[in-house]
Amino acid sequence: MTSMLRAIFVLAWFPAAATALAVDSTVLQAQADRIAVIERAKRSVVAIFASQGEGGGSGVIISADGYALTNFHVARPCGKAMLGGLSDGRVYDAVIVGMDPVGDVALVKLLGRDDFPAAPLGDSDAVAVGDWAYVMGNPFLLSADFQPTVTYGVISGVHRYQFPSGTLLEYADCIQTDASINPGNSGGPLFDAAGRLIGVVGRGSFEKRGRVNVGAGYAISINQVKNFLGHLKSGRVVDHATLGATVAFDADGRVVVSNILESSDAYRRGLRYDDEIVALGGRPIQTPNGFKNVLGIYPKGWRIPLAFRRDGQRRDVLVRLSGVHSEGELIERLARSFEDPMPIPKRGEEPRRKTPGGEQGEETPEMPEPPPGTHAPPAEAAMPEIVQKHYEDRHGYANYHFNRLNRQRVLAAWRGGNKPGRGDRPWILSGQTASGGPFRLELTGTGVLLELAGGRLEWTASGDFGHPVPPEGSGGMLPALYLWRQLAAAGPDQSGRLDYLGTIPAGGAGAPADVLSWLRDGVETWFYFDAAGRLVALEMWPDPAADPCEIRFAAYGAQQGPIPGRIEVHHGDEMFAAFSVEQSSTQ
Amino acid sequence: MNAIPTPIRTALMIAAALAAGSAPAAAGAESETGERLAKVQAAVVKIFGAGGFRGLEAYQTGLLISPDGHVLTMMSPVLDTPALKVVLDDGRRLDGKLLGADARLDVAVLRVEAEGLPYIDPLSAVSAEAGTRVFALSNLFGVAIGNEPASVQQGVISIVTDLAARQGAFDIPFSGRVYVLDAVTSNPGSAGGVLVTRDGRLLAILGKELRNRRNNTWLNYAIPIAELRAAVDAILAGGVAAAPAEPPAKAKDPLSAGLVGLVLIPDILPRTPPYIDAVVAGSPAARAGLRPDDLVVSLDGSLVSSCKALAEALEHRDRFATIRLGVLRGRSLVEVELSVPREERR
Repeated sequence: MTSMLRAIFVLAWFPAAATALAVDSTVLQAQADRIAVIERAKRSVVAIFASQGEGGGSGVIISADGYALTNFHVARPCGKAMLGGLSDGRVYDAVIVGMDPVGDVALVKLLGRDDFPAAPLGDSDAVAVGDWAYVMGNPFLLSADFQPTVTYGVISGVHRYQFPSGTLLEYADCIQTDASINPGNSGGPLFDAAGRLIGVVGRGSFEKRGRVNVGAGYAISINQVKNFLGHLKSGRVVDHATLGATVAFDADGRVVVSNILESSDAYRRGLRYDDEIVALGGRPIQTPNGFKNVLGIYPKGWRIPLAFRRDGQRRDVLVRLSGVHSEGELIERLARSFEDPMPIPKRGEEPRRKTPGGEQGEETPEMPEPPPGTHAPPAEAAMPEIVQKHYEDRHGYANYHFNRLNRQRVLAAWRGGNKPGRGDRPWILSGQTASGGPFRLELTGTGVLLELAGGRLEWTASGDFGHPVPPEGSGGMLPALYLWRQLAAAGPDQSGRLDYLGTIPAGGAGAPADVLSWLRDGVETWFYFDAAGRLVALEMWPDPAADPCEIRFAAYGAQQGPIPGRIEVHHGDEMFAAFSVEQSSTQ
Repeated sequence: MNAIPTPIRTALMIAAALAAGSAPAAAGAESETGERLAKVQAAVVKIFGAGGFRGLEAYQTGLLISPDGHVLTMMSPVLDTPALKVVLDDGRRLDGKLLGADARLDVAVLRVEAEGLPYIDPLSAVSAEAGTRVFALSNLFGVAIGNEPASVQQGVISIVTDLAARQGAFDIPFSGRVYVLDAVTSNPGSAGGVLVTRDGRLLAILGKELRNRRNNTWLNYAIPIAELRAAVDAILAGGVAAAPAEPPAKAKDPLSAGLVGLVLIPDILPRTPPYIDAVVAGSPAARAGLRPDDLVVSLDGSLVSSCKALAEALEHRDRFATIRLGVLRGRSLVEVELSVPREERR
């Protein structure tokens, strides 16, 4: 038979064959489930573009008020104002909120609605290798109507580590999948089989075939994003964490400290060179990658548990994580352009293909150098009015508007519920100390007076807190208590600089608290507020290279206003003092 | 089944294969899959060796096929080092020793010193047809180190067919039955990885990267265990060794290619493959049936991979010794015996 006749013969059979087939109902049900999940999930997928329609990538809406996640390397080239297209065909203005260049995450806000379709957040620690997963986004910018492209595959690996480019775009503790991820997918969602958001995709392994999917793509885990969410909402450029120490395998395959900074909190908590790392952040550590994976999911400033061993003895401590970059260094790095790990080829251009190995052609570099200035911040285009209302420029911030907004929110919740009273009235607290004796504490606008059974302590605010800050061994209890009243009484009109930091669990445990950072006269103080708007902790650093004075406030309700029933003062690993408040006045 | 026309038969097979697969959306099925994968992953090892240049990575994957540390993998330049390291799924780093390789199939068996290891018995392997859903486990791109498990990819067997490949940079001398896959398994580090059914039964070993130079397409394929069994048994029985355990001393009156009547191609590359350029008429080589374009692959059961290696190996043999030469002629392996007769002294 000629091939033409054979083709007709085959075609003639197929219609009959199709009606003769019975497909198992479990297969049809699985297909219907998939269709339903995709239908629901795709509504939260955003096609992100710069304001003139160029460039872009993908994103995913996580709350009805319009907050959406994407990659830093997608948002940055778009500038401050960008556009987001949804699967219903509508385009919305969007504004940058916060950026995490090290972790390659950015938070933007779509504007114009308060009922955006949002993706439910999953738990990336519950994801297992072999689970099915969907990736949705706009690979190769194929979509002309913002309908996302949907790809499907399995989770190939969890808790994977992908090295950064310099110090930026590190994918620690990431999820690996073989669902197709291509240029244009960056910033878009990784959904589990039930349509819950478990990751933000942004990288892939490419080598011999240019930048097209070859079965290995990587997504930032949603649990990492959850740790950073408060920080991203603060409108700042967020830094990642370091322990102040590096680790490596020793000859016996144990993970040990290979380098440690004496100025680090880990050193102050007792960690030394050659100590074996047993666990970090509650996770057993068996490889240096595992160590980097744990660090990579926390913002600078968090406190996490560390377990280490020396000479057979195990020690458990809480360490405070410092920043990967020094003050201002991260902002400076942003000003330079960086390489896009997943550049989208221009229309009509093939994705870059490497010359095949084995021939005498030059080797193309693994990460192609973009033309100079490609991913530097774009020139100022006219910002749409709706975006202007949600943007405030300030050096060092992604978008100061959101910092101001959250700072006001936290202060209003604190003061609104607690009525701190008129700014000129002293606070007077009295009760019992931990040792059983009486105390009387007077906080005024000029200083602090603490009367105890054994004597009195006085401190006057005069600009310099003194060295060492009194009383000795407390880390600065008196000025810390003074600042407490100052913040309540003066509110947003205080001197110095008051910033919203983000959310951090107070004392390294429990639900993340809103944190305000007050920098005044060279001294930085952090104030932790719980969900009910109560101040639960205060940390003051007269010396940034030493342990802070930590004050914990508890047992609210019995006293009026902002005064708690119990005040504990900690410094280093010791509790310095504890006060049970029996009477107080702030009016 | 013979009476049913082919299109319907094919369509029915596909429907049957789909029905047999578990519904992916069901949560119960997902954790079962996870457990089965974990069992397979326990036997997958990460191999680190020679290389580390662009296009020639220094890592690949292997499968433990016995509790005493036998590892099945693909023969490649990665194994060409005395400092071979095998990292188990639990993170243990062991020294690997190359036991032997099969020149035609390009598979190799390593040995590590350990007991009671998790393994998959090659005898437990099953075969599959086009449409079978599979998982491929390998350390592609070297993502996993230490006790991190190998990566898992999912796909379908697109077709079961014969593979004909030619010599070349990424090419292999292999030809035989393979599973062609729709999963991208042709990646750095994937070679030696394992292909299993969705319920965790052993099917095949992932092949080396293979590119068609004319259209720049890469083939994702795996070699069924059934194709390898005889070769693996031969290696385990000591049949074909990659290198002699102890090199014998140089012979006092050594043999050479010229003496047996072989002219090899000019040795101009760092490792020139020992192709026969010409055979001297009437020589022992001619009488043994060797021909131009034959590729010498083994001498007395030991693999020789370059002109230099062949010359050196011949120097260790006495001029009048009987030698066994294995050559690749087209797609087949031919072994001949020859010796220089005493009267033909030069």
